[in-house]
Amino acid sequence: MAKIEYTAKDFKSDQEVRWCPGCGDHAIINSVQKALAELAYPKESWAIISGIGCSSRFPYYMNTYGFHTIHGRASAIASGVKNANRNLNVLQISGDGDALAIGGNHFIHLIRRNVDMTLVLCNNEIYGLTKGQYSPTTKLGTKTKTSPYGTIEHPFNPGELSIGAQSKFFARSIDVNVALTAEVVKAGVEHKGTSVIEVLQNCVIFADGVHSAITDKELKDERQIVLRHGERMIFGKNKDKGLKLADAGHLIVVEIGKNGITEEDILVHDAHNPNPFMHWMLVNMKAPDYPVALGVIRDVEAHTYDEALEEQIETARAKSPIKCMDDLLNSGDTWEIK
Amino acid sequence: MSQESMIIEKQDVVIRFSGDSGDGMQLTGQQFSDTSALFGNDVSTFPDYPAEIRAPQGTVGGVSGFQVHIGENHITTPGDYADVLVAMNPAALKANLRWVKKSGTLIVDTDSFTDKNLEKAGYTSNPLEDHSITEYNLVSVNITKLTQEALKDSNLDQKSVLRSKNMFALGITYWMFERSIEHTEEFFNTKFCNKPTVAEANKLVLQAGYNYASNVHALAVHFKVKPADIKKGKYRNITGNKATAWGLMAAAEKAGLNLFCGSYPITPATEILHELALRKDLKVKSYQAEDEIAGICTAIGASYVGNLAVTTTSGPGLALKTEACGLAIMAELPLVIVDVQRGGPSTGLPTKTEQSDLLQALYGRNGESPMPVVAASTPANCFDYAFKAAKIALEHVTPVILLTDGFLANGAQPWLIPAMKDLPEIKPKIAPEGEGYQPYARDPETLARFWALPGTKGMEHRIGGLEKMDITGAISYVPENHQVMTDLRDEKVKRIANYITKQEVFGNDNGGKILVVGWGGTYGHLYSAVKELRAEGKNVSLAHFNYINPLPLNTKDIFSKFEKIIVCELNLGQFAAYLRTQMPEFNYYQYNKVAGLPFTIEEIKNKINTL
Repeated sequence: MAKIEYTAKDFKSDQEVRWCPGCGDHAIINSVQKALAELAYPKESWAIISGIGCSSRFPYYMNTYGFHTIHGRASAIASGVKNANRNLNVLQISGDGDALAIGGNHFIHLIRRNVDMTLVLCNNEIYGLTKGQYSPTTKLGTKTKTSPYGTIEHPFNPGELSIGAQSKFFARSIDVNVALTAEVVKAGVEHKGTSVIEVLQNCVIFADGVHSAITDKELKDERQIVLRHGERMIFGKNKDKGLKLADAGHLIVVEIGKNGITEEDILVHDAHNPNPFMHWMLVNMKAPDYPVALGVIRDVEAHTYDEALEEQIETARAKSPIKCMDDLLNSGDTWEIK
Repeated sequence: MSQESMIIEKQDVVIRFSGDSGDGMQLTGQQFSDTSALFGNDVSTFPDYPAEIRAPQGTVGGVSGFQVHIGENHITTPGDYADVLVAMNPAALKANLRWVKKSGTLIVDTDSFTDKNLEKAGYTSNPLEDHSITEYNLVSVNITKLTQEALKDSNLDQKSVLRSKNMFALGITYWMFERSIEHTEEFFNTKFCNKPTVAEANKLVLQAGYNYASNVHALAVHFKVKPADIKKGKYRNITGNKATAWGLMAAAEKAGLNLFCGSYPITPATEILHELALRKDLKVKSYQAEDEIAGICTAIGASYVGNLAVTTTSGPGLALKTEACGLAIMAELPLVIVDVQRGGPSTGLPTKTEQSDLLQALYGRNGESPMPVVAASTPANCFDYAFKAAKIALEHVTPVILLTDGFLANGAQPWLIPAMKDLPEIKPKIAPEGEGYQPYARDPETLARFWALPGTKGMEHRIGGLEKMDITGAISYVPENHQVMTDLRDEKVKRIANYITKQEVFGNDNGGKILVVGWGGTYGHLYSAVKELRAEGKNVSLAHFNYINPLPLNTKDIFSKFEKIIVCELNLGQFAAYLRTQMPEFNYYQYNKVAGLPFTIEEIKNKINTL
C-alpha cells in the first residue's frame, strides 16, 4: 500500500470530542492518531469499527471511514468489512463490556479465525456509559452500583482469554503511555492476523485509580515491565530486577546482583514462540507480586482467514468450468422440451 | 390378483415413498421425480422428514417421506393425497395411510411386517392380514428377501445389502409408470464412480425390482401419464433453497458486485448457505458465523464496504438478528435477509412449514423501523424474488426481508432456465466520486441515500446506529430532526411501491363474488383450489401477493371490486391483520391452518364453498 506523509492532526475529525475531562480515552485516541500518521497508509484505507460504550464513540472523532455499530457486535461487523475488502486496514475499538461481556462470543471467534485486523480493547474495568456497573474485568470484590456488597464473580484477564482463543498477537499498554500505545498499535497493525491490544484505561468518574497499583508514579517502575522481543525481561527503577523461571516451572522475580544472579540468568523475551506457555504466564502476572507485562507479549505468524478465503476463491476460479451465472444455470442435469 | 395388469391413463398421479429415516426415501423420491421430469412430465415434489437425523428406528416418529406429483398438465402442488404409497415398514404405512386416496395402491415390504416392527409402529394386529386395509389395492412384496437374493453373489456386507432395498421399490415403481431406469443407473455411475461395487449393487437391485414387477405381473394397476404440454426450452429441477441462492448470485452478477453471505446453519434455510459455499468459482464469499447475530453483522460489515450482502435464516434466527436489522435500517445499508419460515414459536417444528413469521418480519424491531418485505410463492420463483429483493435493497439502499418457507425451500419443480441477459438491470446507488459527499443526502425520487465505499479517496465519513442529522449524518438529538428522519425512512420504504409490479388477479379481473387472498408459499394450493372451483362454475378469483411491504399500488382497487374477500394463510391470520391496518374499509374473512403442513386443495375448496 502506498505511503503518505501525515501528522496525527490529519486523523482528527471535525466532531467535538465528548469524553469526560481526564478520561483515558483522550490519550488513547491521541496514541492511535499518532500511530496511524506514522504508519502512513492512505487515510481512506482505514475503516474504524466500534460497538457501544464510551470508547466506542471513537470512530466519530477520526477523520477516516468509520462505523459506530451495536453493542458487542463490532468484531463481527469488522470481520465482514475485512473479508469483503482485504485492501482496507480494519481497526476495532471496544471497551471491556463491549468486547468481553455482550461481545465475548464474537471476540473469541474473531481471534480463533485470525482475521487480519487490529482490536484496541480499552479496559477500564467498569461500565461508564451506563454510569458505573461492574464489567467482566472488574476485580473480585469491587463495589459498584450493581455490586454494592462487592463483586462475587471472577474477572477475565483479556490476555489469558485471548491466548485461550488461540491468539497470535497480544499486546498491552497503559492509556497515559502514549508512546508505548502508539508503538504497540503500529506493531499490531503490521502483524498479519488478529492483533489484540489491551490498553489499561482509567475512568475518572466511576473507577478512578483502578490501575493505580501499577500506574502510580512511585510504583510504576517496580510494577511495570515493558517486554520487547529479543530483550531480557528486566525492570525496576535501577534496572536491577528481572524475571526467571523457577525450578517448579513458574516465573519468579529476582534481583540482579543478589544471590549470585547475573543478567545472564534473566529470561529473554521471545514473542515469536508459537508455544503460548510463556506468554500465558506473562499476561497473568499481577501486582504487587509481579510487574504487569506491557508491550508486545505474543506475535506469532499464522495464515489468516481472509487470505485463506481469497486463496480458495482464486483456486476455485482457476479450476472450475463455471465462469458466470449462465454457466451455472445451464450446468448439471438439464433437459430440453422441444 | 389378476394375471394381466390393468392400465390406467391419468392426467396426473401422486406417489409417496415412505420408510425409516435411514431407508433412503429422499433419494428414491428424487430419482423418481428426475426421471419423470426427463420423460417430460410436469413435476412437483415435497419431502417430509423428521427433525431427528436418525429418529428411533421403526417408529412412526422416524418415518421419512417424499411425495412426487407428476402430470401432463401444469402441476402446482405436490398433491393432497397419494395414488400410490410405497411403505418400507409398518410405521411408514401407519404414518401415511391417511394421505392415500381410497382405492389407492399400497406397495409394502412384507418382510418388514414382523411382530417387533408392528409393535413399534403401534399396531396391535398385522394390517396386511386383518382386513383393515381392504379398500386399498395392496401389493405385498418380499422386498428385503428379494434384495438379498439379488445381491447374494456380491461381496457386500449385510448392512450395505439392506441399504439398497429402496432401489427394489424404485424399480417396481419405474415399471408401474413405464419409466426407464436409465437415468438412475447413470446417477449411480456418477455418484459412486469411486465405489463401483456399490454402484453395481444398486443398479442390480433396481433392475431386479423392475424385472420382478414386469415378470410377475403382480401389480394390478399400471399407470400411463403422458408428457406435459409445457413451454419449450431448456429445463432443470430446482428446489426453493437452491433457487434462492442462485437468485442472489444472479443479482450480484447483474449489479456488478461481489456477493457476501454471513449465516449460521438453521433448518430449513441451511441449504442456501451450502449452495453459496460451493460457489467460490463465482467469487461468492460465504461466512459461517459463530451465531445468528454474527451472521447478519458480518453481512452488514460487507454491505458497508460495497458487497451485495445477505444473511439467511429461519424464524428463531430472525429473532436473534432483530437488533442488527435495526442497525441496517438506521445506517441505511443494502442487505437481504432471507427467512425460510418454519413452525414456531421457539424451536417449534423445525422441519415443517408455516407462514407465522410475517408479523415478525413486518414489525419485529424496536423503534419505528420500516423494512420492505417480499415473499416467494413457488420453489422456482424463489430465484425471481431473491433477485428482486436484492434489486430493491441495492437501488433503494435498505435492508429487505425475503420470506420463503420450509415447503418452498425443500419442494422442487422443473424450471425453465432463464438467460442472464433477460433479467432486469440492477443499478446500485453508489455515490459519485468527488468532494462534498454527504452521507444522508438523498435521491429525490426514491429517497435512497448514496453508498460511499471505504477505500474511496475523499469520501471518508462516519455512520452508525445513533440518530443522524438529515443530509450531513452527524449525530443529532434535535427533536425536529428525529421526526424528519423517521418520516424519511418511512416514506423511503413506501415509495418502493412505485417501482414494483402491479398485483395480478387470477380469475375475474373486473371483480366478482369471492376473492381469495394469499401470500407466499401457499400459491400452488390456492391456485389449484380456485382453478377447480372455477371449472365447477363458481365465481371465485385469486389475488396472491409477493410484495407485502409495500403492497402493490392497485391492491385497494382490486379489493373494492369483490363482494367477499377471504385471506387464507398458514398462521392465525397475520396477513389479514396487516391488511386490516392498511385497508380497514374492507371486511376480511379468514381461513387459517397451523399444523406444520401445507393446505390441501380439498380443504380450501370446502371452506370457500361455505362462504
